[in-house]
Amino acid sequence: MKYEDAIKKYDPVIGIEVHVELGTATKMFDAAPNTFGGGPNTNVTPTSLGLPGSLPVVNEKGVEYAIKIGLALGCEIAETCRFARKNYFYPDVPKDFQTSQSDEPIASEGQVEVELEDGTIVTVPVERAHMEEDAGKNTHVGGATGRIQGADHSLVDYNRAGVPLVEIVTHPITGTGERAAEVAAAYVRTLRDIFRALDVSEARMEQGNVRADVNVSLRESPDAPLGTRTETKNVNSFRSIERAVRFEIARQATLLEAGEKIVQETRHFHEETGETSSGRPKSDADDYRYFPEPDLVPLEPSRDWVEQLRATLPELPAQKRRRLLAEWNFSDLEMRDIVNAGLLEAIEDTVAAGTKPAQARKWWTGEVARLANQEEKRPTELVTPAQVAELVELIGQGKLNDKLAKDVLSGVAAGEGDPAEVMKARDLEIVEDTGALEAAVEEAIAANPDVVEKIKGGKMQAIGALMGPIMKATRGQADAGKAKDLILAKING
Amino acid sequence: MTESSAITPEQVEHLASLSRIAMSEDELKSLAGDLSTILGNVARINEVAGDDVPATSHPIPLTNVMRPDVVGETLSSEQALASAPAAADDKFLVPQILGEV
Repeated sequence: MKYEDAIKKYDPVIGIEVHVELGTATKMFDAAPNTFGGGPNTNVTPTSLGLPGSLPVVNEKGVEYAIKIGLALGCEIAETCRFARKNYFYPDVPKDFQTSQSDEPIASEGQVEVELEDGTIVTVPVERAHMEEDAGKNTHVGGATGRIQGADHSLVDYNRAGVPLVEIVTHPITGTGERAAEVAAAYVRTLRDIFRALDVSEARMEQGNVRADVNVSLRESPDAPLGTRTETKNVNSFRSIERAVRFEIARQATLLEAGEKIVQETRHFHEETGETSSGRPKSDADDYRYFPEPDLVPLEPSRDWVEQLRATLPELPAQKRRRLLAEWNFSDLEMRDIVNAGLLEAIEDTVAAGTKPAQARKWWTGEVARLANQEEKRPTELVTPAQVAELVELIGQGKLNDKLAKDVLSGVAAGEGDPAEVMKARDLEIVEDTGALEAAVEEAIAANPDVVEKIKGGKMQAIGALMGPIMKATRGQADAGKAKDLILAKING
Repeated sequence: MTESSAITPEQVEHLASLSRIAMSEDELKSLAGDLSTILGNVARINEVAGDDVPATSHPIPLTNVMRPDVVGETLSSEQALASAPAAADDKFLVPQILGEV
């Protein structure tokens, strides 16, 4: 069954767990550096390796970042909370448990406003955000596919073991219907933007700083109880999240149509095919025997600390979009194009440098974007907001017209200097020499008597026929307004 | 867990499989008895602790023990791997893992 048919017949419910690696200097429970790369098993301490006698100590910065994330998601920050041991036996956790939080997360009950591509706002309910640590990295050696099945042995690097994570869990997201897949991807993108705005993580999907597990279930109707769900693990790009949700909805609908049952299980997403495959069934293996971590004392973030952190929260992306939309008076569509092109900050800075919003938008989304596209670079790599502001100012002063400004811009983009410098170096400034302009106008009038007759007869639009030769004679640098005034003065005078 | 609760060999078998420990029938039975006794002894705490004693996860009344986010001393990979039963490419070498990810 296709996705399109599946969502007509069934009501999809999704749930998303997002893990974000925090950008602290050290790990969550020991002073080993939290850095990407480095030789295997070099960013480790006895605690990272779970060696006997080693003891964890909580990283204050990790807690601070977790609180900031909680606040940005509108969560309540717990007055007291504890860490817990999540027990499981797998080589990537050297202690045989992951230090996490169980029934006492640091943040709970918030929400995220997610904006879809067409401007629709969907509110995603957040159940909790809790602190935990990342696991080491296994490499499976041998076997035909390099995956676990058929591997002869595994090699483990614990550099990542103990890196601070915050896991954000949603309540079931209902009522998204045909847009379920789109909402899932947009939600994770929104979180990514929030992490960056808070400066708590580099939040690079491709480096695994942000990872998503996507739960999908189907039910007959919005009134029916929730169906059996599957959890597709570690989907690591926005596009993959959307594809994984689409695939699962279609797959589950096909099974239900055939009268079969959905197996509650974890599944793996395959980038090449866009399909998911069965991982392991949810069963005894999920019996984690949580209990409070006896090596760590409870955490009681003071209300003063929480309020101090709340005061440092930057304006979040959604708030900023709403504020600027009102200030700039753009249409929703114009605003979305700007956001999608990643030009919001550039335009904001240009406006701050004194340019009118409409002008800033025109140049960034127009000529600058075109040049950037041509050069296969980001617009902000070619020119700065200050340069665009200077360019617009030169136009306002009458020293450039739009056509000349484009030439100047290409020079700026090529690294020839700021707009005024390029204008001088390339000799593009509009001629202020009225003598030269007068000569050009007289020449044009003399060469086109028929046009002059039309203008005398009241056909003002015929003036355009004289502008071509005038512009040609002045190499495009004539001020069109002045030229027009001169023509009329000479013909009628 | 109350004093009367007894641990069954099936429960021990479940725990053993979670812990990836192979056990014989005899071991399961004898351990079930031992664990029942241990839990029975621990359960006596319930007799002393009244409703006015809150559940606690730590004997020392401390909270908010934290360290600044400053890098400290680390091990070299040689040190890290010094007591590993097997290693290759500066990594710990472990037996094949089947059926799980």
